[in-house]
Amino acid sequence: MSAYVPVLIMLVLAVATAGGMIYATTVIGPKKQFPDKMEPFECGESPIVSPKLRFNVKFYLIGLFFVIFDIEAVFVYPWAVLFKDLGLFGFIEMMVFIVILAIGLLYVWRRGALEWE
Amino acid sequence: MELLMFFIFGVGAVAFALLMVTNKKPVNAAMCLIGVMFCLAGLYVLLNAHLIAALQLIVYAGAVMVLFLFVIMLLNVEEKEGRLAVNILVVQSVAAVVVGLVFLTVVNLPKTDASFFAGMGIPDFGTTKAIGKMLFTEYLLPFEIASILLLAAIVGAVILAKRRIDDAE
Repeated sequence: MSAYVPVLIMLVLAVATAGGMIYATTVIGPKKQFPDKMEPFECGESPIVSPKLRFNVKFYLIGLFFVIFDIEAVFVYPWAVLFKDLGLFGFIEMMVFIVILAIGLLYVWRRGALEWE
Repeated sequence: MELLMFFIFGVGAVAFALLMVTNKKPVNAAMCLIGVMFCLAGLYVLLNAHLIAALQLIVYAGAVMVLFLFVIMLLNVEEKEGRLAVNILVVQSVAAVVVGLVFLTVVNLPKTDASFFAGMGIPDFGTTKAIGKMLFTEYLLPFEIASILLLAAIVGAVILAKRRIDDAE
């Protein structure tokens, strides 16, 4: 349990930093409001649209790949903790694992699934 | 201290779960689900399952929720929020009874089976090191087979999803 105290401290510090920055800018920052400045601005887009847009379905494929490669990364995590204990055997083991998944990555790449067009 | 943490995470998980099911906006409900998963990760830490806690955050609160949010945004479910079906009460009661029975079984399980707690005496049980050692020595073959499984998932994603996306254009 006590190993998580630094995690907790980091969490509190991160929230305090982010919150503090937002708070400080709203308090200290100068506020000169005139109509042109307060208008929403976006380059090359109509600035006022409904936020409930439908997203492009291509994002879904990217999301799927993210989940799969995220799970691969999860297996690397205990391996990294044990790297020195496992030695060469563990290294070869993980290389077999990664090479098999690299074949998958190569397949995805060659099929053009990573291309946006 | 441990009891306090248990109550914080336990009450948090239940509160977020209630917020999730009562929330009518899908994106807000998904955010509440992330809260539930975070609280569950905290409970796993209390159970000494440190690796599972990390996986809970990385895989569930991270990757799976990204997919959920993508689906919500792709389908634009926002417009379809509205009334629940009339016969929902029947579904709710059946679900409540089933979940209640499952809980009862789980609560009564350790009393009959002592081996349930067999691992709890080992000091480093459930740590990343202990699980890693098992995974990379005793369960080496399942570990390598997992990579084949992931490969199959990649190929399946490309074949199922990509072709349909291409056809739709």
